Amino acid sequence: MGMTITEKILARSAGRKKLEPGENVWLNVDTLMTHDVCGPPTIEIWEKEFGAGAEIWDKNKLVIFPDHYIFTKNAHANRNVDLLRDFARRYELKNYYDAGSERYKGVCHIALAEEGFNVPGAVLFGTDSHTCTSGAFGMFASGVGNTDAAFIMGAGKIWEKVPESMKFTFNGTMPEYLTAKDLILQILGDIGTDGASYRAMEFEGEAVSSLSMLERMTLTNMAIEAGAINGIIACDEVTEKYLEGKTAQRYEIFKSDPDAKYHSQFTYDTGWIEPLVAKPHSPDNKDTARNCEGTKITSSYIGSCTGGKLTDFRFAAKILYGRKTAARTFIVPASTQTAKQLYSEKYKGEPLAKIFTDAGCIIVESSCAACLGGPSDTIGRSVNGDVVISTTNRNFPGRMGSKSAEVYLASPLTAAASAVAGAITDPRNFL
Amino acid sequence: MEKIIKGKAFVLTDNIDTDQIIPAEHLVYSTSDENELKMYGKFALSGVPKDKSGMPEGNIPFVLDGGLVSGYEIIIAGSNFGCGSSREHAPLALKTAGVKAVIAESYARIFYRNSVDGGFVIPIETGEKLCNKINTGDFIEINLENNTLKNHADSAVYNLRPLCGVYDIVNAGGLFNYARQRGIIK
Repeated sequence: MGMTITEKILARSAGRKKLEPGENVWLNVDTLMTHDVCGPPTIEIWEKEFGAGAEIWDKNKLVIFPDHYIFTKNAHANRNVDLLRDFARRYELKNYYDAGSERYKGVCHIALAEEGFNVPGAVLFGTDSHTCTSGAFGMFASGVGNTDAAFIMGAGKIWEKVPESMKFTFNGTMPEYLTAKDLILQILGDIGTDGASYRAMEFEGEAVSSLSMLERMTLTNMAIEAGAINGIIACDEVTEKYLEGKTAQRYEIFKSDPDAKYHSQFTYDTGWIEPLVAKPHSPDNKDTARNCEGTKITSSYIGSCTGGKLTDFRFAAKILYGRKTAARTFIVPASTQTAKQLYSEKYKGEPLAKIFTDAGCIIVESSCAACLGGPSDTIGRSVNGDVVISTTNRNFPGRMGSKSAEVYLASPLTAAASAVAGAITDPRNFL
Repeated sequence: MEKIIKGKAFVLTDNIDTDQIIPAEHLVYSTSDENELKMYGKFALSGVPKDKSGMPEGNIPFVLDGGLVSGYEIIIAGSNFGCGSSREHAPLALKTAGVKAVIAESYARIFYRNSVDGGFVIPIETGEKLCNKINTGDFIEINLENNTLKNHADSAVYNLRPLCGVYDIVNAGGLFNYARQRGIIK
């Protein structure tokens, strides 16, 4: 019996030739990532449990990005960044990207890719559920809590249950009205928020191969929204091209065997997938944008690790070019690099940033920002009965701030089209 | 590990995500400072919409206004409990509020791991929706020797799924104790 890509990577990490889904194994970790919300408690647990002589297992493999609560006056939030800064200084960590400095990168999952920490075949754990984003690089990447992260920080290893794999194949080409966000919302609607619990989600097919690395990251990013342990796309020439000049690390490319065993397989034709939304209050509450037309919105939010990448803003610019928004629209580039690209990247000869400001959008500094609500002074945080269309990843009650707000998850095309109309709108109306 | 856990039940529905267990805006507090830690108890389950808080009637606060701990020691929930973010503050908040065990039809992976590895609360699976059979305030007795749950309100007894693969970690009180006992770390 053959093995899936996830099984092969975990076997390598566990020092085994073969392993079976359901087994608990100890994995040797290649990279550990943390941020300002979970970093300080992780460090506290590590210090307490490993004692006065606590040592980091490999300083080069620990990466810290403050990114969650950065542009806030909240004293407790600021203190958390101070704690990270002090820790990085004491232990001389080269992979620390301080807030308020030139090195500040923005949202960790995008920064990991930009800074070359994502490499095929590797095992990455992070104290953030969206760590699965990095699986777009043909690696195993998964979120853990502070105790697990503290354990990895000292021991360099962690136990894990080998997951069964689910395969999702997308045949056909990507029509101009469709994005990776629509593909993953389709899957979520079909299998539900626990449809892949403790399983690996493997994505493949002609449409997936045609996607850029940034778009592939949208697919793997929301694997956690189905409860998956990881999302994964095998490394191909698109991946290798992206990695050129980004990393000096040697990497190993794994692919699933043709006779690998899957828990289940799903096949889609992109031709019959429509622009979708996830209605309040769950990412699996799927409907077509067309069916929701007429639902008035108070704001549109284009940002986060899911929907704040350069590709997302290229999509949004196509709709917003030469048009005005009818609802408050927030443009929140995930990374500081993306923020700069808004000024250098052009659509029809105009920088994306100009297209957005001309349309009346508010461009916000890079961070996780209002995707998860954040402290009360977070720009874009929902208030009262706001109705928000958002390119983010979750719309559980209160996720973006107000418990009485209603959040619709959608692609950047749909979020931009809805911003122009002031109501949920199928992007095909403007393309 | 306590083999018999008794207490009042607080009943919730399906898909209680970590933002409902502890809203993200409260994650700024220190988890080691004694006074700040209490905030996690105070705000535990504060993100649950009022009509879904304390089923079947709803509108029951888990922690009373001005309080720091809850009068409920056992959470009864439906499927996919703890979905969403990886925040370990979620099981920590429940523990700080006084919760000893969660009984759910099923769990999201990271919440389950965090509960077990951090030694916060014991996550027990039922495979059935006890949240439709038990009322908030019912007095519950969990027996981990024979994996049963007794509801003293109506004397009904239900089977619980054994902890299986994670029993040793739960019994050790968390991942660090477990790994030390086995010589995995010093």
